[in-house]
Amino acid sequence: MSVVRVVRTGTANLASVVAGLKRVDAEPVLCADPDLLAKADRVVLPGVGALAAAMETLRGGLGDALSARVRAGRPTLAVCLGLQLLLEGSDESPGVPGLGVVAGHAHKFTGVGLRVPHLGWNRVEPDADCRLLRPGHAYFAHSFYLAEAPTGWAAARTTHGRAYVSAFERGPVLACQFHPELSGAWGLDLLRRWLEA
Amino acid sequence: MLCVRIIPCLDVRDGRVVKGVKFQGLRDAGDPAERAAAYEAQGADELVMLDVSATPEGRATAVETVRHIRAELSIPLTVGGGVRSEANAGALLEAGADKVAMNTAAVEQPELLTRVATRFGAQCAVVAIDAARRLEGEGWEVVTRSGKHRTGIDAIGWAREAVARGAGEILLTSWDRDGTRSGYDLDLLTAASRAVPVPLIASGGANDPKHLIEAVHAGADAVLAASIFHDGDYTVRAVKQVMAAAGLEMRMEAGQ
Repeated sequence: MSVVRVVRTGTANLASVVAGLKRVDAEPVLCADPDLLAKADRVVLPGVGALAAAMETLRGGLGDALSARVRAGRPTLAVCLGLQLLLEGSDESPGVPGLGVVAGHAHKFTGVGLRVPHLGWNRVEPDADCRLLRPGHAYFAHSFYLAEAPTGWAAARTTHGRAYVSAFERGPVLACQFHPELSGAWGLDLLRRWLEA
Repeated sequence: MLCVRIIPCLDVRDGRVVKGVKFQGLRDAGDPAERAAAYEAQGADELVMLDVSATPEGRATAVETVRHIRAELSIPLTVGGGVRSEANAGALLEAGADKVAMNTAAVEQPELLTRVATRFGAQCAVVAIDAARRLEGEGWEVVTRSGKHRTGIDAIGWAREAVARGAGEILLTSWDRDGTRSGYDLDLLTAASRAVPVPLIASGGANDPKHLIEAVHAGADAVLAASIFHDGDYTVRAVKQVMAAAGLEMRMEAGQ
């Protein structure tokens, strides 16, 4: 079984991501220790809750360890708010910088008649250079989005009012705006591919 | 494009699924985790578990039930019934709920919605509104305490306020239609859908895929149903096929 360190950000609801990892035969272990995160074979950065509160916990050691993993291309999966934490910032918390390890800023969904939060199942369409991401329906629950694919990353797109980047990957680093752990068999398959990446 | 969600609802009491009209004459309908897994395999997009226990012991059991369901389930789970405090909400989320639905407690202390939304995110703060047509005059009023109390509060106004206070989704039950199998209250859905920007789940009255299609046309983003699925009249997959054939965007790859 492969041990996966799940970052305890203090704000996230971890039960679903922990249960999802168990269902694909991984061994999730909660972790708030920067050294363990730096050394871990695999790390999941979950995300439910508000960005500012999560950044508070990541400020310093934990955030540095995560950024270093992403830069070095070590197996790391960021989910939902986790994706947005990797960016430079978000409309959700103006003035609060994200980890900034991936270029980009999250904007709030707006539009006449557009349901916000973007909540429910929507289609994920990966670009041809994606290796882990495959087409299918995923479960989303968010109000902020990344508009453009960051340079150097393979991206998948989804449409809610407009097309936006719903996931990006590079080697074994994968960031998903949707929740693979709540996306049924399609999501579990994605978790399995990431565990083997 | 967002798919229409089909959400089977499990009424759970003391660790067992129960069936009954308006919580009267409850009958045993199986193990919650088994039912949950079966619904996911049929293509359910999400599940709601409503704790209809009447006692503190029952409430404690509900947290355990959530844990059992979560171990089996790879789709979202909303838990409602007896969420009276931030601590209740936290315990259910920690056990594996993805969202908590607040009903009577939110009406009696609306700041609960704000506290849950601020601490856990708006996407997990669901306001459950039970609405009944006014006995006199136009519109709908909020009913609480499982229908025992007619509050006089305008249901559409309450929906607006709940969203302003942080609710990220509305589970709207027609108390007149619930358990009657006579179709959703479409006027209620249209009025609520126009009033708020957040997703709207229709509940109360479904008997037939046709009713679910009507609810979506009336403005619902998701449809909740209990009895048509529990009684085996329809599988979730069969209902989704009918809805897809009617031109609605559905997630069809699951469980096939």
